[in-house]
Amino acid sequence: MMLRNLLPAPRLRIFTAVHGASVLALLCSGLAGCNGHAWYPGSLDSAGPVSSGERVILLDSLAIMLAIVVPTIVCILIVAWWYRAANRRSLYDPTWTYSGRIELLVWSIPALVILFLGGTAWISSHDLDPAKPLNPDRKALEIQVVALDWKWLFIYPDQHIASINRLLTPVGTPVHFRLTSASVMNVFFVPQLGSEIYAMNGMVTELNLQADRSGTFPGLAAQINGDGFSDMRFDTHAVSPREFSEWVDAVQTDGPTLDEAAYRLLLKQSARVAPYTYRDVAPKLFEAIASRQLPSGEGPHLTPITGSPVTQASGPIGLTGGE
Amino acid sequence: MSTSDIAIPPSSSVLDLRSVPPSEATGHGEGGPAPKRIVVGYGFWIFLLSDIIMFSAFFASFAVLGSATAGGPGAAQLFDLRNVQIETACLLLSSVCCGIATLAVEQRYALLTQLALLATGVLGAAFLILEVREFASLIAQGAGPSRSAFLSSFFALVGCHGAHITAGLLWLGTMMAQFYAKGFRADICRRYFCFSLFWHALDIIWVAIFTIVYLIGVRS
Amino acid sequence: MLGKLTWQAIPFDQPIPLYSAAVVGMMLLAVLLWVAVKGYVPYLWREWITSVDHKRIGVMYCALALLMLLRGFIDALMMRSQQAFAFHAAGYLPPEHYNQIFSAHGTIMIFFVAMPFMVGLMNFVVPLQLGVRDVAFPTLNSVGFWLTAAGSLLVNVSLVVGEFSRVGWLPYPPLSGIQYSPGVGVDYYLWALEISGAGTLVGGINLVTTILKTRAPGMRYMRMPVFCWTSLASNLLMVAAFPVLTATLAMLLLDRYLDFHFFTNEAGGNAMMFVNLIWVWGHPEVYILALPAFGVFSEVVSTFSGKPLFGYRSMVAATMTICVLSFMVWLHHFFTMGAGANVNGFFGIMSMIIAVPTGVKIFNWLFTMYRGRVRFSVAMHWAIGFMVTFVIGGMTGVLLAMPPADFVMHNSLFLVAHFHNVVIGAVLFGAFAGYNYWFPKAFGFALDERLGKAAFWCWFVGFYVAFVPLYVTGLLGMTRRLQHYDQPQWHPWILVAGVGALIILCGIALQAAQLVVSIRSRQRRTDRTGDPWDGRTLEWATPSPPPLFNFAVLPNVKGEEPYWGMKRKAITAMQLSPEPSYEPIEVPRNSATGIVTAFLAFVLGFALIWHIWWMAALALVGAYATFVVFAWRDVAESVLPAEEVARIDRANRSARALALTEMHA
Repeated sequence: MMLRNLLPAPRLRIFTAVHGASVLALLCSGLAGCNGHAWYPGSLDSAGPVSSGERVILLDSLAIMLAIVVPTIVCILIVAWWYRAANRRSLYDPTWTYSGRIELLVWSIPALVILFLGGTAWISSHDLDPAKPLNPDRKALEIQVVALDWKWLFIYPDQHIASINRLLTPVGTPVHFRLTSASVMNVFFVPQLGSEIYAMNGMVTELNLQADRSGTFPGLAAQINGDGFSDMRFDTHAVSPREFSEWVDAVQTDGPTLDEAAYRLLLKQSARVAPYTYRDVAPKLFEAIASRQLPSGEGPHLTPITGSPVTQASGPIGLTGGE
Repeated sequence: MSTSDIAIPPSSSVLDLRSVPPSEATGHGEGGPAPKRIVVGYGFWIFLLSDIIMFSAFFASFAVLGSATAGGPGAAQLFDLRNVQIETACLLLSSVCCGIATLAVEQRYALLTQLALLATGVLGAAFLILEVREFASLIAQGAGPSRSAFLSSFFALVGCHGAHITAGLLWLGTMMAQFYAKGFRADICRRYFCFSLFWHALDIIWVAIFTIVYLIGVRS
Repeated sequence: MLGKLTWQAIPFDQPIPLYSAAVVGMMLLAVLLWVAVKGYVPYLWREWITSVDHKRIGVMYCALALLMLLRGFIDALMMRSQQAFAFHAAGYLPPEHYNQIFSAHGTIMIFFVAMPFMVGLMNFVVPLQLGVRDVAFPTLNSVGFWLTAAGSLLVNVSLVVGEFSRVGWLPYPPLSGIQYSPGVGVDYYLWALEISGAGTLVGGINLVTTILKTRAPGMRYMRMPVFCWTSLASNLLMVAAFPVLTATLAMLLLDRYLDFHFFTNEAGGNAMMFVNLIWVWGHPEVYILALPAFGVFSEVVSTFSGKPLFGYRSMVAATMTICVLSFMVWLHHFFTMGAGANVNGFFGIMSMIIAVPTGVKIFNWLFTMYRGRVRFSVAMHWAIGFMVTFVIGGMTGVLLAMPPADFVMHNSLFLVAHFHNVVIGAVLFGAFAGYNYWFPKAFGFALDERLGKAAFWCWFVGFYVAFVPLYVTGLLGMTRRLQHYDQPQWHPWILVAGVGALIILCGIALQAAQLVVSIRSRQRRTDRTGDPWDGRTLEWATPSPPPLFNFAVLPNVKGEEPYWGMKRKAITAMQLSPEPSYEPIEVPRNSATGIVTAFLAFVLGFALIWHIWWMAALALVGAYATFVVFAWRDVAESVLPAEEVARIDRANRSARALALTEMHA
C-alpha cells in the first residue's frame, strides 16, 4: 500500500540551482540598471525623477521580500529532504500538528512585512501620484496627448504646435501631460521616464514626468487597441532648453495646420505613421476632443459579409504611414 | 440523502415540520444529510442570492450612468409615476395571491390553489403588459435605450426584472399544469416552494427598482 | 435565411486556421467513427453522457480541461514562436491572427482548462470526502458540465466558422464594442462565456449546498477535510462573483446588438465602468481557481508526509479570510487608470494584506512536512514544486501591488510572468497533483510514476526557462501582446522563453505518454483495496473506483481524519470493523437533460452570433420544452437492492481484509 520513494540529494540541488539562477537573473538585470551606464529601454534605466523614484521602490520592496522568500524556499527544500521517508535519523512525530508559538510566528512575520510594505505603498502612492506636480517652483511644460488609431498626437497648447509620433521635451523641465483618447482605451508609456497612464475617450487623465538627462527614450502604447497596436510607438527626445526652443521655432514656420478638418483625417485608422508636425493648432482642440464634441475615431472598414474587419500591412484601408 | 429520505413519509407537505425527525432538521452534520425539502430550499436561496448580486451589478451601472443623459431626457421628464404605482400594486397583489396559493397547497385545496395561482399569473401578466407599454411609449418618443447611457441602464435594469417576471410566468404556468396533472406530490410541492420564493424575491427587487429608479430618479 | 452566415465565414484563404481545423476535424471524425463502429455509443450514452453521478461528471470535466489544455498550449507555442521570429520582421502571424491567438489562449486557459479542472476535482472528491452519496442536485450537476462543454465548443467552432475575438481575454470596451470590433469574434467570446458562466453558477450552487447541507453523520464543520473547506470558499466565490460577469458581459452584448450605450464613446457611455465591473469578478475568479488547488496540496502534503495537516484551524481561517478579502482588491488590476493616490494606496494595501493568509498556508504545509515521513510520489513532486514556484509568484504579486511599481510594470511582460507564475504554479500544478493523486480512485489503477516524474521535471524546468526571461523583458520595457518589436535587448530573452515553451511541450508529451502507458499496463498497478497512498480522508474508504452509491452505509464520523481513525482501529485490532447491515439505496436516474440543454444552448449561441433569429427562437422554445419534459418526470430515482449493495461492499471488505493480513504477515 505505501510507496517508498527516494529523492536523491542531487535532484534537490537542481531545484536550488534553477531557483537561484532565476533569482540572480532577475537581480542582475536590476543591478545593471542601477549603475546608470547601461542603456536599455526599461524603467530601471531611469532618466528622470519619477522613474528613479519608482525604481527605488521596486528594488527595495524586492530586497525586503527576498529576505523572506529565499529562506522560506530553502527551508521547504531542506525540510522535504531531511524528513524524507528513507532518512530514519529524522524525528517522526505524527501527533505534532499544532504549536501556538509557530502559529504566532507564521501569522506575524508576513503581517509585519506587509505592515511595512503597506506603509510604503501608502506613502509612495502619494509621492509618486501621476497627477502630483514634480516641481512647484518651476513652470511645467504643458503637453496634451491624444491617442488615436494607431498614432500619438502631442499638442503643445502654449506653443500652438502639435507633433505626431514624436515627443520633444527640454531636459530638467517638468512636463505636465493631459491625456485623452480619440478612440479606444490606450496607455501612454515612456519606460525610462516613469509612470504609464491610461488615455480614455471622454476623460482626461494627468501625468507629470521629467527627463533629467538628454537622450532618446522609446515610448509605446501599453494596452491592446487593435491590429496596429505593435506599431503605435514613438520616441521621446529630451534636449537642452535651447534646442527645444529652436525646434519650436522651426515647427512654427513650416507644416500643415491642425484644424478640425485635419483632425478628422487623423480619425481614420492608420499605422506606422512617420513623425511630422503641425505648425498651428486650433484653439481648445484638445478640450473639444476630450469632451466628445468632436467625433471619435472611425473603426475598421467592413469587408466580407461576416463583417470581419480586414487590416493589411498596406492597402486601401490605409495602414501605411502618412496622410 | 437517501437514508434520510427513507425516514420521511412520502406524503410530507411543504410546511409540515412534524414529520421530520428533529436530529435531521439542520443538516449540519449531526444526523447526516438534511432532508430533500431543506436541501432544495437552501439551494434555491443560494441561487436567489446570486441573482440579487446580478441585479446589483445592473443597479451599480444605473447609479454610475444615472446622470449620463447625453443632453436627452432624464427621469423627471420621462417617468409616469401613476403607471408605476399601478404596476407596483399589481405585483404586490400578485405576491399576496401567491401567498394564498402557498396556504392552499399546504392544505391540499386543489381548486383554491389553481385559482390563486391563476390570479398570481394574471396580475403578473398585467404588470408585464403595463411595463411593455411603458417601454414602447418611451421608445416612441425617442427615449429608447440608444438615446443615452442613462436610458440604456434603465432599460437593462428594469428589462432584466421584466425578463425574470416573464420566466416566472412560464414557470407558473408549468406549475399549474403539474398540480392539475399530478396533484400535490412531494417533489412538485418542493418546486412550488422554490417558485414562491422566486416570485416574492422579484417583488422585493421591484420595490428596490421602484424606489431607486422611479421615486428617487424623478425627485432628483 | 442564415443571418450573417455565408461561405466566406470559413477561412479558405487563411492556411493556418484552415489546415488546423481540417486536421482536428479529421481526428474528431476518426474518433467518432471508431466509437460508433466498436459499438461504444450505447455505453457512452448510458454511463457517461446521461450520467448524473458526480464521479463521472468530475472525470468528464477533467477530460475537457486536458483536451482544451492542448488547444490553449498550441496557441501559446504560436505566440512564443511568432515573438521569436518577429524581431525586425513581421513574423508568420499577421496582427489580425496573432490578436485572436492570444485572446483565445487566455480565454481557453482560464475558462476551459483551469475552471473545469478545478471544478472536476471538486465534483469528484467532495462528496466522497464528506461521506455522502452525491452532490445535492445531481441532474443540475450534469447540466452545469454540459453547458461548460457547449461554451468550449463555441470557442473552438470560431476557429473554423468566422473568427475569434481579437481584444484579449477580457474584452475592454470601446475596443470590444461594435464600432471597433464589428466582426463576430467578440460575439463568439461573449456567448461562449455567458453559456459556460451559467454552468459554473449552477455548479457553484450545487457544491455550496452539498458542503453546507449534506454531510455524513458526525461530520461537523471543523471535521471536514481542508479540501472541502477550500471547495466551499471557491464555490461561494463562484456564486458571488459569476453573476457580476454575467451582468457585465450582458451589458456589452446589449451595446453590440441593440445599440445600447453602456460603454460606447457616444451618448454618455463609460468604458471605465466595464473595467471596474469585470475586475470585481476577475479577482475573485483567480481565487476560485487557486483555493481548490491549495486544498489539493493540503491533502497531498498531509498524506505523503504521513502526518495530519499542521494548523488545521488556521488553515480554515486563512481560507475563509482569502475568500472574503478577494472582493476587496480588484482595483490593483488598473492602478494606472488614474484613480488617485488614496484609492490606489487603499487597494495596494488590501492586496498586500491578502498575501498574509496565503503565506500562512505555505508555512503550514512546510510544518506538515516537518517531523513527518515524506514520500516523493508524483503528486508530492508537484506539491513541492508548487510551494517553491508559488512563493516567487506571490512575491512578484506583492511587488505589483505597490502602486508606483505597478506604474512601470502594468501590462508589461513582468505582469504576464507574474500571473503565469501563480496560475501555473498553483492551479496547474495543483491540477496535475490532484490528477495523479486521485486517478487510482477514479479508475482503479495508478498512473506510471517514472513518466509522471519526468513530466514534472520538464514542466518545472520549462516553466522557469519560459517565464523568467519574461520577467526580465518586462523590466526592459516590453509590453504584452506585441506582434512584432524592434528592441534588440528583448530578442535573446524571447528566444530563451521560446525554448522554455518547447521544454513544457516535452512535459505535456510525457503526460500523454504517461496516460497511454498506464492504461496499457494497468494490470501491474491495480488499486486492490481502494487506498493506494495510505490516505487519511474518507474517499480512501471506498473501493477504486467507488460504486455508484459511494458508501454502502454512510460513515459515522467521530473526529478529524475519520478514515485514518478507522484504519488505526482496524490495524490495532487486526480485523475490520463488523459488517454493517445493508439496506436498499435510492440512486438518481440518468438524465439526458444536461446534454439536450447544452445542445440547445450551443444552437442558441451560434444563432445569436450569426444573427439567425429564427434559429435562436427555436432554441429558446426547445429550452422551455426541455424544462417541461424534465419537470414532468415521474420517477427520479431507482432503488438498488440491499443484496447488490452487500455484494459490492463485501468484495471490497475482503480485499481490505486480505491487505490487513498481508500487513501483519
